[in-house]
Amino acid sequence: MTDNLNKSYMSYVFIWIILLCLTALTVFCSTLQLGHPAIWIALTIATIKGSLVLLFFMHLKDEQSFIKYAFLVALIVLAIFIGLTFFDVLYR
Amino acid sequence: MTMESNHHLNFLAPQPDRSWLGSWIFSTDHKRIGILYLVAISTFFLVGLCLGLLMRLELIAPGGIIMGPQTYNALFTVHGVIMIFLVVIPSIPAVFGNMILPIQLGAKDVFFPRLNLLSWWLYMFGAGVAVISLFTGGGPPDTGWTFYVPFSTMTKSNTTLSVFGVFILGFSGILTGLNFITTVHRLKPSTTPWMKLPLFTWSLYFTAWIQVLVTPILAITLLLIILERVIGLGLFDPTKGGDPLLYQHLFWIYSHPAVYIMILPAMGVISEIVPVFARKPAFGYRAIVFSGFVIATAGSMVWAHHMFVAGISDTAVMVFSFLTFVVAIPSAIKVFNWTATLYKGSIYLGPPLLYALAFIFLFSLGGLQGLILGSAGTDMHVHDTYFVVGHFHYVVFGGAIFGFFAALHYWLPKMFGRLYNYEWATAALFLKFIGFNLLYFTMLIMGVQGMPRRYYDYLPEFQNLQVISTVGSWILAAGIIMMVINLFYGMRYGEKAGDNPWGGATLEWTVSSPPPAENFEGEPVLTRSPYDFKDIKAPHAE
Ligand SMILES: [Cu+2]
Repeated sequence: MTDNLNKSYMSYVFIWIILLCLTALTVFCSTLQLGHPAIWIALTIATIKGSLVLLFFMHLKDEQSFIKYAFLVALIVLAIFIGLTFFDVLYR
Repeated sequence: MTMESNHHLNFLAPQPDRSWLGSWIFSTDHKRIGILYLVAISTFFLVGLCLGLLMRLELIAPGGIIMGPQTYNALFTVHGVIMIFLVVIPSIPAVFGNMILPIQLGAKDVFFPRLNLLSWWLYMFGAGVAVISLFTGGGPPDTGWTFYVPFSTMTKSNTTLSVFGVFILGFSGILTGLNFITTVHRLKPSTTPWMKLPLFTWSLYFTAWIQVLVTPILAITLLLIILERVIGLGLFDPTKGGDPLLYQHLFWIYSHPAVYIMILPAMGVISEIVPVFARKPAFGYRAIVFSGFVIATAGSMVWAHHMFVAGISDTAVMVFSFLTFVVAIPSAIKVFNWTATLYKGSIYLGPPLLYALAFIFLFSLGGLQGLILGSAGTDMHVHDTYFVVGHFHYVVFGGAIFGFFAALHYWLPKMFGRLYNYEWATAALFLKFIGFNLLYFTMLIMGVQGMPRRYYDYLPEFQNLQVISTVGSWILAAGIIMMVINLFYGMRYGEKAGDNPWGGATLEWTVSSPPPAENFEGEPVLTRSPYDFKDIKAPHAE
């Protein structure tokens, strides 16, 4: 029991460190003056971070598949909204 | 459970263990919550109606008649906010979704009954905040219901509070949507196949998904306005590196799908009524279900057609214009399916069907006007004119609200166990139909002639049409009052409706009217398709 608990604590800390690294990566990328690709890089990193939080901290990984699909739908919808907005922003 | 002793009684029966008021506002019975919404939404509808009548009265002649320009600005804003966020968006899902969905599905209640009650309380709280904002601070908001920046971040009127009210209302909608999605998935009897679900249930299911997915975007956007006003965040302010167009994107990412939150449930109502009154299975059941899905998805990808002249890129104009035309296809599929269902049916022109036909006519006109606005070229000409106002009312009033009226005439006899007077209902519909077209068709003409929307004053050449439009608003209001009286009177003193006054085949017509508190004894087993009328006698056929 305690073993299990320690193990899950360790994995949370591990995820947290990954999140911190990804944040550092975002900050680093923003200094590179990459132009338009910078947006896609930032969004990709943000998506990975959000997914990690949902999967581990909010226990989505232990849920049944329907809940996972529902999450995927939200992700796709958000991607479409942001993507379509770029038809305006990128070509203005 | 306290209900154990009287679960076989109808849900309207007094509950001796509670005070009368408590038995309503703390009830977790989905049918009672539906009635709570019905009372609240009808009240706000009548308030919004009065504001609309005042506006039309002001416009009966050029110059000031009964109010000043600032009052007029507040009036069209408050009319819009009330009608959209307090009436049309919740209307059919909150009232008839709550009343009918669980019964149609074969369930005893929604999946989260207490969350359902919380949604109603959030709705009332949000509405209360919006009402308080009218009488406090710098006076009622004057931004228009779209709260466009930069004006909404600068105006002295009490915009912060009214925006916060709408923010709270959003949560009510999200929770109701979540509840309905869960209800359909978890409480659908395992013996019922998905493709045997009634079309109204399907439409509520897709609507719930739109609500859950896009309403948070509205909530965040409104929060950003508040932050902009309170701490000057600068997200939408070009002098601070922001972009005012970002606001319009965010707002319409929610507000165009919101039109489908309004119209999809109404389409569901029509899909329910037409087969019952034609005594024929719905033509193309699968096509109707699938087109609902396409409307929900494609309808969420067209929002920038509201921004063609706002300075977005030409590429975006082309993409969104194209997508807008794509959405017209599934809507047209539904209209074709309804007419094909009527074809060679044994039609009974009862009040619900007449309302449904009015819906089909007005919604089709509104949809076609949408294509004029969706093509970038013609949109340049009519953008921000009365044409937009006319189109909007054809879709939202002629569509969603007429669908709501149709649902009232179809399902209220089930909820209250009594019928209204058919002749009165029909006469009221004709009054409304005539008044409606006088009121809004003249707006389309004025729009093409160049009458801008939201203007307090106008040039003398518009006066004839403005007068016709105002007279139309009186006829429309007379029809609505007639309908309300007829329904009220029928609910109390009307003839007994019986369990199945229209000869419907879905599950809600198998329980008594009014339904028992727990809907069914045990889990009902589906014995027929939702539109299989074999051996069901329609009372009007005798
Ligand atoms: Cu739109």
